[in-house]
Amino acid sequence: MTVNGRVVPLVGAVAHATALDWLRSLGLTGAKEGCAEGECGACAVLVATAGPEGTAVWTPVNACLVPVHALDGQEVVTSEGLGSPDHLHPVQQRLAAAGGSQCGYCTPGFACAMAAEFYRSDRGAGTADGEHGANGFDLHALSGNLCRCTGYRPIRDAAFGLGMPRPDDPLRERLTEPAPTAVATAVRAADGRFVRPETLGEALQLLRDEPEALAVAGSTDWGVDVNLRGARAPLVVAIDRLPELRGLEFTGDAVGIGAAVPLSEIEQSVGERVPLLAQLLPQFASRLIRNRATLGGNLGTASPIGDAAPALLALGASVVLVSAGGEREVDLADYFTGYRTSVRRRDELIRMVRVPLPSAGPTAFHKVAKRRFDDISSVAVAFALELDGGSVTRARIGLGGVAATPLRAYATEQALEGRPWNAATVAAASVVLQREGTPLDDHRASAAYRARMLGTALPALFAASADDEEATA
Amino acid sequence: MSSLADRPENPVVGRPAVHESAALHVTGAAVYTDDVAARSHGVLTAWPVQSTVAHARVSVDVAPAYDVAGVVRVLTADDVPGINDAGVKHDEPLFPTEAMFFGHALVWVLGETTDAARQGAAAVTVSYEPLPSLITVQEAIDAGSFQGVPRTIARGDAASALASSAFVFEGESAVGGQEHFSLETHASYAVRDPDGRYFVECSTQHPSETQEIVAHVLGVPSSEVTVECLRMGGGFGGKEMQPHGFAAIAALGAKLTGRPVRLRLTRTQDITMSGKRHPFHLAWRVGFDADGFLQALDATLTADGGWSLDLSEPVLGRALCHVDNAYWIPNVRVHGRVAQTHKQSNTAFRGFGGPQGVFLIEDILGRAAPVLGVDPLELRKKNFYRPGQSTHYGQLVKDAGRLTAIWERLRSEADLDARLHEISRFNEAHADRKRGLAMTPVKFGISFTFTSFNQAGALVLVYKDGSVLINHGGTEMGQGLHTKMLQVAATALGVPLEAVRVAPTRTDKVPNTSATAASSSADLNGGAVKLACEEIRGRLAAVAGRLLGVDARDVRFSDGCVTALGGGERMPFADVVAEAYLQRVQLFAAGYYRTEGLHWDADRQQGSPFKYFAYGCAAAEVEVDGLTGAYRLRRVDIVHDAGDSLSPLLDIGQIEGGFVQGTGWLTLEELRWDTGDGPTRGRLQTPSASTYKLPSFSEMPEEFHVALFEDAREDGAVYGSKAVGEPPLLLAFSVREALRQAVGAFGPAGRSVELGSPATPEAVFWAIEAARGAAGAEAASVSRDGTVPAAPPLAAGVRRAADPGPAEPDLLTAGR
Repeated sequence: MTVNGRVVPLVGAVAHATALDWLRSLGLTGAKEGCAEGECGACAVLVATAGPEGTAVWTPVNACLVPVHALDGQEVVTSEGLGSPDHLHPVQQRLAAAGGSQCGYCTPGFACAMAAEFYRSDRGAGTADGEHGANGFDLHALSGNLCRCTGYRPIRDAAFGLGMPRPDDPLRERLTEPAPTAVATAVRAADGRFVRPETLGEALQLLRDEPEALAVAGSTDWGVDVNLRGARAPLVVAIDRLPELRGLEFTGDAVGIGAAVPLSEIEQSVGERVPLLAQLLPQFASRLIRNRATLGGNLGTASPIGDAAPALLALGASVVLVSAGGEREVDLADYFTGYRTSVRRRDELIRMVRVPLPSAGPTAFHKVAKRRFDDISSVAVAFALELDGGSVTRARIGLGGVAATPLRAYATEQALEGRPWNAATVAAASVVLQREGTPLDDHRASAAYRARMLGTALPALFAASADDEEATA
Repeated sequence: MSSLADRPENPVVGRPAVHESAALHVTGAAVYTDDVAARSHGVLTAWPVQSTVAHARVSVDVAPAYDVAGVVRVLTADDVPGINDAGVKHDEPLFPTEAMFFGHALVWVLGETTDAARQGAAAVTVSYEPLPSLITVQEAIDAGSFQGVPRTIARGDAASALASSAFVFEGESAVGGQEHFSLETHASYAVRDPDGRYFVECSTQHPSETQEIVAHVLGVPSSEVTVECLRMGGGFGGKEMQPHGFAAIAALGAKLTGRPVRLRLTRTQDITMSGKRHPFHLAWRVGFDADGFLQALDATLTADGGWSLDLSEPVLGRALCHVDNAYWIPNVRVHGRVAQTHKQSNTAFRGFGGPQGVFLIEDILGRAAPVLGVDPLELRKKNFYRPGQSTHYGQLVKDAGRLTAIWERLRSEADLDARLHEISRFNEAHADRKRGLAMTPVKFGISFTFTSFNQAGALVLVYKDGSVLINHGGTEMGQGLHTKMLQVAATALGVPLEAVRVAPTRTDKVPNTSATAASSSADLNGGAVKLACEEIRGRLAAVAGRLLGVDARDVRFSDGCVTALGGGERMPFADVVAEAYLQRVQLFAAGYYRTEGLHWDADRQQGSPFKYFAYGCAAAEVEVDGLTGAYRLRRVDIVHDAGDSLSPLLDIGQIEGGFVQGTGWLTLEELRWDTGDGPTRGRLQTPSASTYKLPSFSEMPEEFHVALFEDAREDGAVYGSKAVGEPPLLLAFSVREALRQAVGAFGPAGRSVELGSPATPEAVFWAIEAARGAAGAEAASVSRDGTVPAAPPLAAGVRRAADPGPAEPDLLTAGR
């Protein structure tokens, strides 16, 4: 493994060691543990990942969630590698001069997340607004970093004041070369094994032969389980670099999204071709999480509060499941069976999510949460409607946070289909939608509020689509 | 010797300076407590066994832990050579036999690795004999469960003034707590030195008290224990009282194993074990005259102290002292008490009860304004203290005129009147989105209310080469205290900022220090550093006077040079120092400062506990979505009085950071406990960053203008400055009041708006529903569905005294 330009042998780390713990054991204590669940970004470091056409990208990730063995053969840069107190990196220089650090504990993570945006190859001067600097800096790049001291204003000013990397900037120069390829890994330690198989076939065999094997891709859930719940799977199988799980293919009427494609990559590649995903993805956790998290993981855990499922349900997506015995495709609406359970067998992997390309009807993703950036939904509602001649010909509605599983709102869909797309239909269907699911009271929201949020989502969609029509008329 | 507030020519104070550790912060080179452990060898890790019952007698079997590979030792009560207590009130057994809250640490396991310690702790078996538990403040009030000494501050005759008031309002409010969420959790690292003394690296705001507790647990004198604080990754009050027990665990482990021991809580351990801002229950009656002037306030404040006293009494005391905020209330009776509940022991948090006290009066004014028919801006301003008036505890409100001056400056600079006009047009044009704009003031008393804490020490060392090293008793938690102290020393010695270094805070350099708290650390330690520097400068002046051929009183120190008054020969500071050494002149000095003029009669609750007041005003504008209750903070303007600022960049950082933290407390951050009767009763349901949400970039005001009040010299503090750590947090009430304004716009004029605390999107949504319900207007179609449960019941009543008959139903509900 290459850390800050030096090759460091990856020895002595247990199977479940996180990159954060390992870096700190090397004396690189800049990265900190603030939450150990990918919420605060104090542990952010940069990893060289593959960019377009043989280039590399500095991708910031939460080191607390990444198994260090998943970085075997990879290149990592920490805050110490960006610059030193005597030779500050431009990002560090700006951050320091702006008063962007107070206690300093979150600062190395901010420096890394900012540096990634600093080096983003398609960043260029643009129009400034509240969330973008005139230098093209997207503030959402820092949505996974928490600061308890500054109130963020000086950090924003530092970010928006950044120039472009100098041509001879060594970290920029590095990006002109390809990122390291994946390295087959097999580690056996007291706490279990960590294996990165070379092929999909090997991975599927492991899953078939070893009942306790746990497949991980972005490991954003794995890390939380390891850090907060003390989980130690006897065998961890890394599948995030398998080519069969990394594809992104547009066919005539659908897009096949590899289950291990990081969400950030989907955000870039799919873009406006699936507007509902384009709406969803920026609201999905934070950039640091999206740089690692995958659709396969989000659906694989079958969590009732994952944000991908409602959108994919509304889009009529299906999942392609693969095992040593072959493949099958399951409609996502039939996939979830209960709280964190699904029809996926233990020996199966999600290989791909197939998303039908939508027609031009109105779509929307409504996320209700306490905090606008990086929060878990108390309610998520995704709509995909098709209209013809002012009538709703097809309605698909996916719900999250209102039952033990993500749900299709079948009754509401029925209340819309075949009816004129007008205020009366919306009002009637809202009453139905408000009664879908079985929302609970919890620390995020009350059941009553959740039900009401279901009820207000459709009028909001209707108002927005009316605005759109006016705008285009 | 110059007076405390006077500045020499060309001072280093008053210049914008970046944090002295900024270059270390941004590169990750800054070392924190647990980073010391990461750099050390043979370190054991400590891990707690936490209670899974809210209240129970416990018996613990630690034997199974020893079967876990890598477990070295389990620390229990039997191991304590001194006193088994982690606090200063002797009500916090370090190893309890009675679990007092869900999460209470019972014993600690030491392991070769974190994994070993964690697994060892999981192997320990605990038998519980459950006892009845009280989780909410209301349960404690109903059960009569209180601790500590109740207090009452009174002036005039509140009862008869209420009886003769034109308008009387009454109500109850519940104020939520707040988790500190310092990015660095509690951390300690202990090692014995070659002579067997204890060295404890600790993330503590109060090293001297940490030292005392470690010593009393170990049964050794304080001189055997040295506590150092390099820096903290945030404190906010959470590390004022609560690090002591953790430090004692590490030190006890080091004693018993002979090896270094580290203890760094995980986030969930930290949130479930350490205390928070006190939730308060407030019950009140208030009277106004026909013109909207406050006449009387009668209130009972109940602080949720949690399971032990900790700092709850002084927190309550400060709350009682701040129920007036910036307003003259002629007749006051405020009674305060501390509830005992089975939760974490609540503690200091930026503002220290002040915010909860101010909550009371700002909530009252916000609720009352529409009913009184007075614009909230006018209502607040007309009730400001006037020069010459005193607080309800008998202290003259010094510089009261600044309140109005700041208010008017902000009102004009923030272009308030035009924006209010714009907002009312916006609100007329939008049914489902409303904007609100509000201004609130703050007046915050500066000094420890425990008068003895208002002292500080410093040790300043000048080396032969002219370089300067300062030690002082304050700790650095990000607020920039060390930077300010460097600026003070550089000013007092007349040297450039770069010529001065600050040493880590250590109890063997400056003893018997006060907590770095109460916003007072720059005042106190700055006074001590300045005096020490001036003593050295005086000695150097004698040497320089001889060299320059002038009287010592005519020697000037500036910018690293020493000159005679009126100019002439310039001698480098280092040359004077070198000459002084040769002449056997002492080049180091201790400084000691005590705040003069403070007195407080605890029995009568009267006196002058504060050296001065810090003032500020904020104007906040929000936009609320009527469909969800979600909102955005569109613009915030602040004018704040930091005196003649020691360090403007740092002070603005404190103002902005405090404001956003206060906004988090009032609008977003929500602590929820399991209050049911199941097996997890008393468990914190928001024990992590994924469930307890801090402000992120999305909560930062979209436009944020902060200005310091100018020509604001404070005669009673170092170089004319004022404290700035806590007061700006209270500026966030402007956001809550702006939300109230926006919510009110959904309903009929003249209606009192109640808001939950924190005013989360859900709380705002229900307030909007109530406003819309009151309007009786055609609300959104969905809100007319009969199956939907009504919003939570209103807790407060408003009675128009002049009209004793049945009041309008939307104004009067019975108090709970």
